[in-house]
Amino acid sequence: MELLMSIVVGVFFMVGTYLLMTRSLIRIVIGVNILSHATHLLLLTMAGLKTGAPPLLNRGEEAFTDPLPQALILTAIVISFGVTAFTIVLAYRTYKVHRTDDLEQLRGSRE
Amino acid sequence: MNSLVIVPVVLPAIIGAILIFFARFQKVQRVISAITMISLLIVSIWLAIEVYNNGIMTIALGDWEAPYGIPLVADMFATVMLLLSAIVGVCCLFFAFRTIHPSREKFYFYPFYFFLLVGVNGSFLTGDLFNLFVFFEVMLIASYILIVHGGSGYQLRESFKYVVINIFSSMFFLAGIAYLYAATGTLNIADLGVRVAELGQDGVLNVVAVVLLFVFAMKGALFPLYFWLPDSYTGPPAAIAALFGGLLTKVGIYAIIRMFTVVFNHDPTFTHNLILFVAGATMFFGVLGAVAQFNFKRILSYHIISQVGYMVMGLGIFTPLAVAGAIYYIVHHIIVKTALFLFAGISEKITGTNELKQMGGLLKTHPAFAWLFFITAISLAGIPPLSGFFSKFPLILSGMQEERYLITAVSLIVGLLTLYSMIKIFSYAFWGRQKHTEAQAKIKTGSLLVSIAPLVVLTIALGLFAEPIFSYSLEIAEELLEPSVYIESVLEE
Repeated sequence: MELLMSIVVGVFFMVGTYLLMTRSLIRIVIGVNILSHATHLLLLTMAGLKTGAPPLLNRGEEAFTDPLPQALILTAIVISFGVTAFTIVLAYRTYKVHRTDDLEQLRGSRE
Repeated sequence: MNSLVIVPVVLPAIIGAILIFFARFQKVQRVISAITMISLLIVSIWLAIEVYNNGIMTIALGDWEAPYGIPLVADMFATVMLLLSAIVGVCCLFFAFRTIHPSREKFYFYPFYFFLLVGVNGSFLTGDLFNLFVFFEVMLIASYILIVHGGSGYQLRESFKYVVINIFSSMFFLAGIAYLYAATGTLNIADLGVRVAELGQDGVLNVVAVVLLFVFAMKGALFPLYFWLPDSYTGPPAAIAALFGGLLTKVGIYAIIRMFTVVFNHDPTFTHNLILFVAGATMFFGVLGAVAQFNFKRILSYHIISQVGYMVMGLGIFTPLAVAGAIYYIVHHIIVKTALFLFAGISEKITGTNELKQMGGLLKTHPAFAWLFFITAISLAGIPPLSGFFSKFPLILSGMQEERYLITAVSLIVGLLTLYSMIKIFSYAFWGRQKHTEAQAKIKTGSLLVSIAPLVVLTIALGLFAEPIFSYSLEIAEELLEPSVYIESVLEE
């Protein structure tokens, strides 16, 4: 299971990086989003996948799954939601002001 | 008493949220934010004195004990950084009162100003790596908004790059945290120090160390990851640029110093030599950028890069004297750089431009401004009796003692080039033929200079009272190089 997850994470990183290298603003936003999903999956996989019962005490279970990575990912997902919303608005405003979403054409003058 | 530690994080967060409701009332916003900022300064001074006298203060949030819960830790290094962030915060806020455009002021400038301080103060205080990530994000999201605040075309274009680069490095930070958690099973910085010592810092942990170094180097604008800085710091108004130039990159440096003294201090021949190489390259290429530019703010932005190199150089040499020099340098740099960016704001207000070739003769029309700038500029370049000299001196001395001649030579050359580029600003903008109109020459700068004057006084004081301040930073350095004190005070609580 860990192996499969690692491959998925790798593919996500590849797709995210590819999209990050493109010239269109919205593709970059999507690329960033996919990268952040890849990182969340990596965090889950690295900490070890489900190895026991849910972490509830006094139920006679012996082995528990580590709840910490899930708490970490929950926080990280919320943060990446916020950031994604911000980048989408920023990309939209940039498009409205400059009338293009092509990064090549955005280069140039200081003003 | 320990609950004092949480005030610098919670106070700006609450006030920032309250200020959102008063967005349309400029007077109310200004009064509330001024009172808050000054009380933050008082709390920081109080905390610094308290920690200096009684040792490290920790607070376990939610009463979960150390390796499980999230502690806030105030040691001497953290309190000094808190104090600096409060000083910079006060000066930039009062400068912003005079310069920020009303349209910006009404669109939530002050709330985000305080949210930025929440992130910065939280990053200094936190004792947990994941919490550091969260506070970094708080700080970064506030900085994204402040950097694009006002939404001119230039700002939109450059801040998009800034945002994407920082999100990218945040994702790497998270990946580094994942690897570190897999290797050690903890994220508490003090606990990490213990576990890494037990495991031995071998190949895997060195990889994690380099991943984290990469991340913090991106935030701290180290070689070769500084390319985003000059463009994005030129766009926003002076009060915001000064806050960023003074504080933001130093948060990355703070994190590097914290991680590589407490956690990854077991293989210095690999990690610290790498840091030393990065430091040399950062100094050299940063100052080359400064020499090539003819724009006031861009020269200052490139100087941030070259001077961040000095701080990391102190860490790379890794002796008490060198680390003390690095800390002295951080103190000096935050104060001087903030002042210089604010001066750039004044000259922009007078002449309406940042291009040095279109300026001239400010010395004749605004002598007080010109001389205050001159003091700060030569302080940055490292002319004795000012603070710049005394912060470079221990670094170069320890470089000699440890026989790291190459980096010492680089740092001396960089000092000369810094002096050259500051002289360039002075000769273009202040000497020569007056290029601004008579109407512009009559613009009063007195009230603006008042908000910068404390910073100039501080840089003179840091030079004149170098001995007590240096022994203070030496104490901080010894505390940093003896991480068992930090580890025990976190884990024992």
